[in-house]
Amino acid sequence: MDALSGLGLILSTPFIGASLMILVRRAPVLRDAVTMITSVSLFILVAMLPSNSDGAVFVLAEPISGLPISFGTEPFGKLFAFIASGLWIVTSIYSIGYLGQKTDPNKTRYFVCFALSLGSTMGIAFAANLFTLFIFYEALTLVTYPLVAHYGTPESRNGARKYLQILLGSSIALFVPGIIIVYLFAGTLDFQEGGVLNGKLDPAFTIPLLLMFLYGVAKSAVMPVHSWLPSAMVAPAPVSALLHAVAVVKAGVFTITKIIAFIFGWEMLASSPGANLPLYIAGFTVIAASVHALQQDNIKSMLAYSTIAQLSYVVMAASLFLPIGGLAAALHIAAHAVAKITLFFVAGAIYLKSGYTLISQLNGIGRNMPLTLLAFTIAAASMIGLPPTAGFFSKWFLLQAAFTTESYFTVGVITISTALNAAYFLPILYRAFFKAPNEDQKSFGEAPWPVLAALLFTAALSITFLAYGNAIMELEAPIFGSIFNKYD
Amino acid sequence: MDPQLYNYWLVILLMMTGLYALIARGNLIRKIIGLNIFQVSVFILYISAGFIREGAAPILSPNVDVYSNPLPHVLILTAIVVSVATTALGLALVIRIKAAFGSIDDDTLSYSSGDSATELSIKTQKSSQ
Amino acid sequence: MIAQHAQILVVILPLLCAPLVLLLGKSRIAVWFTVGVLSVNALLTWWLLLQVLTIGTLRYSLGNWPAPWGIEYRLDPLGALLQVMIASIAAVMAPFLRKLLAEEIGSSRQYAALVAFILLTAGLLGIVATGDAFNVFVFLEISSLSTYALIAIADKRDALLASFRYLIVGTIGATFFLIGIGLVYILTGTLNMDDLAVRLPEVSHTNTTQIALIFVTIGIAIKAAIWPLHAWLIPCYSYAPRGIVAFLAALSTKVALYALARFLFGVFPLADMPIGSVLLEILQLLAIAAMLIGSAAAIAHSNVRAVLAYSSVAQIGYITLGLALATSAGVTAAIIHMFNHAFIKGSLFMCIAILATGSGKHALESLKGLGHRMPIVGIALLIGGFSLVGVPLTSGFISKWFLITALVQAEKWIWIVAVLLSSVMSIIYVWKIVEAVFDKSDDKQVRSYDLSVDIPIVLLAAVSLYIGINSSALVSTAEQASKWLLGMP
Repeated sequence: MDALSGLGLILSTPFIGASLMILVRRAPVLRDAVTMITSVSLFILVAMLPSNSDGAVFVLAEPISGLPISFGTEPFGKLFAFIASGLWIVTSIYSIGYLGQKTDPNKTRYFVCFALSLGSTMGIAFAANLFTLFIFYEALTLVTYPLVAHYGTPESRNGARKYLQILLGSSIALFVPGIIIVYLFAGTLDFQEGGVLNGKLDPAFTIPLLLMFLYGVAKSAVMPVHSWLPSAMVAPAPVSALLHAVAVVKAGVFTITKIIAFIFGWEMLASSPGANLPLYIAGFTVIAASVHALQQDNIKSMLAYSTIAQLSYVVMAASLFLPIGGLAAALHIAAHAVAKITLFFVAGAIYLKSGYTLISQLNGIGRNMPLTLLAFTIAAASMIGLPPTAGFFSKWFLLQAAFTTESYFTVGVITISTALNAAYFLPILYRAFFKAPNEDQKSFGEAPWPVLAALLFTAALSITFLAYGNAIMELEAPIFGSIFNKYD
Repeated sequence: MDPQLYNYWLVILLMMTGLYALIARGNLIRKIIGLNIFQVSVFILYISAGFIREGAAPILSPNVDVYSNPLPHVLILTAIVVSVATTALGLALVIRIKAAFGSIDDDTLSYSSGDSATELSIKTQKSSQ
Repeated sequence: MIAQHAQILVVILPLLCAPLVLLLGKSRIAVWFTVGVLSVNALLTWWLLLQVLTIGTLRYSLGNWPAPWGIEYRLDPLGALLQVMIASIAAVMAPFLRKLLAEEIGSSRQYAALVAFILLTAGLLGIVATGDAFNVFVFLEISSLSTYALIAIADKRDALLASFRYLIVGTIGATFFLIGIGLVYILTGTLNMDDLAVRLPEVSHTNTTQIALIFVTIGIAIKAAIWPLHAWLIPCYSYAPRGIVAFLAALSTKVALYALARFLFGVFPLADMPIGSVLLEILQLLAIAAMLIGSAAAIAHSNVRAVLAYSSVAQIGYITLGLALATSAGVTAAIIHMFNHAFIKGSLFMCIAILATGSGKHALESLKGLGHRMPIVGIALLIGGFSLVGVPLTSGFISKWFLITALVQAEKWIWIVAVLLSSVMSIIYVWKIVEAVFDKSDDKQVRSYDLSVDIPIVLLAAVSLYIGINSSALVSTAEQASKWLLGMP
């Protein structure tokens, strides 16, 4: 398939799907069918798309002359789009099962907004310049707001308001001026290998400008602009799973990595004064968020803090300012996506069957829902980084990149955080499988089949990483180089 | 002092009187009177500027060379019309205010519930938190 | 013939239309006659804009007396752009007003409001059309007098008081302006603005010129509601008839800002004057204060009209800041925002006017859940709100983009921080309104409206969206206008 027409199809599919859903809103079965068809066709289209459009762009509009909304593909964006669209299928199945039992008047809005947020994610993944990426970044914030506020209770409205205000506020306060400064200095916002700012900006301003982006792109949840993520946990479980473990947060770290690699360029950043600062900020976030996670009793809050920590892994990887770091970032985006979505699916399944939201309520739950907890175990192992799960491989490459630059700070952070990860995941497993159930515990079984199938599938993805990890590396090789080059 | 400047001193005196009445008086009618005095001072300013030493009235005549400038008079004629319209509208409003509030003292007049902006303030944000 | 006189017809048509509407009185034709005249007028302004953009500034001597002896009407790119804005919004809003005015002041006196509305339009168009300083005063007063009348026309307690207080403050402002132009007339003996621009540099260092500049600036600043001279605006926007507010909020302050730009850059030799740069610095500071204090006050209030009124104070700050930078980029940004904000605030106040009708109150509480029952109005409100915040693909984003670019180029870093802070604050107050409008918890019945109300709202919101997606025409016009204003080649 031709890259540009493919891009056109990919970007329009979610919007066509959303419109169809509105049209058939009175027929729930049809609406669910449209969701499934849209997600599957989006995935197929992304899979068929050539991984590199070689600078050819698909121009949609030109809001400001000289700054078109244009799209192109490159391997990193394709990987992100591939993960997001693939997991959308799984999440759609899960959503149908999860929301299916209740009569919820907002269900159509839910599926429509979900399709729109995937559309925005595709826009982010295939943006050919920073301006386009920014537009879809903002769109993603706005279309996910109704999803976060889905239940409409005062609590969820407050959480959603915080979510919106932090994401929108930080992007307007820092992201927009950052873009304008880049545009004024570089004269272009196109993503180019080696960066567009190289040699055009006083080295002393390089790292401050990068920090503007780091905090302006609050979706990457670097402390202290992370607090929207725990607030967003008022959303229904599938929303947390796809958006707050995959699409939204990954859009944040994806943006940061793209800015580092294609706006600034690796070499320019590595030689700038204060080049270690982003690394320290991300490292601090990893440790602080892990400690926070340790203190949470609410399952979803714990997972939220764990997500914050894992996102900063990606930021750390990119902040090594090395192509190998970029590769590690790409791998970790993939590995963390499949593991964290499983964990959120499990939390949702437990809530659906038992109404439990606290870790302290989980005693003996492994006897009621053995398959669900098996999936949880696999995903937790991946979070900790045990072989042969996906998390092990991504951490491996992250460490390798850290050793290449002799960044022992990174190595230390990874070591400590691995211990912390184990410290907050293992007690849950112990509780679930070995403790006697609470006395008031009702008896219940596994979640409905769509929910169970979805979470088992994503758990399986975590342990079969070896089967496709190599494919990811080959895909990314043109832009981040091969990990083995160094030893050849 | 040049006697021609007396006009300008008068302008300043009237201007200050008018502004004082406008600001210091609570009675709405007095405010309108103050406004008129203030405006009249500006009219005099314009007309004084039209005066030219030894100029005759600007009526074309074969044995006169120097005329006063007629243009400021024309301008001020327009300004007087505007001023009269403003006064009429102001007085009409005062009558309505008297009917609605029962008073024309600015210090006792206020919007429905105190400050304009706090009217009807229901704590939507606070109550939902 | 018409083409030759189009420039003056734009002002004359509504002036002639007003007494005719008065004669038609209560008959139904009056409204549609008004809509017709205003639409023709709007088309004329579009045609004039195209003329100005292709052949440059248009000049028209009243009664064929050549300038500077006769009164000259002059249409430059900026004026043509603003005329398009004024005439189009007036034409679009006329059918909208019909419904709302009939509801709020009764159909028996509706025509009186209509007459005042037409006169207001004529006044605003006149300020822009004329090239004569005294004419500006006259048109300023025509528009102000009709505004006072319109605010009070519903005969509501609070509106009467708001109108009277505005009348006092507004007249002081107009008289200050009159003093200012009186002084420059005494100095130069001319009132033609272009002629003044030629003659004032000779006397640019005299005290009289400085004082004249100060009087003119303060006089216009009152009309433009530049902080801290904005106090009249809040009660007027809060209590005036709902439909009228939409029109006032869209246009009256913008036209005053246009006059400010004309006098600062097109009449006074600011660069040669001792207080010129000081004045610009002060205006910048006031603009910053307006942005921050206006946004903070908007957050603090829960009366939705007061929220939007304070938001206007803040947005006027953006425009003033752009003008006060006195750079080509800054003035361009100011012109773009002047245009965009007119459409944004117009559509927002129209939405609020419709949504709040059901209960007759303007507290946020009374708006609850209305977005679901009136989805078109709800979506228009969303677009307006996003525009105010500066979300991409809306016109507000374009405004902010150019303003920040101008500030970066002028290296005013602290000002940038203030602009951004104010934008972030706007998220909070906009979201307060959006959340209330889309709150489903309240189930109330609303009156239904017909298309004559929906279409104007949709049109104004559509302009915001269109500018957001394709701004090149507006930007190039604004650039041309700012170059002309600053006297650049």
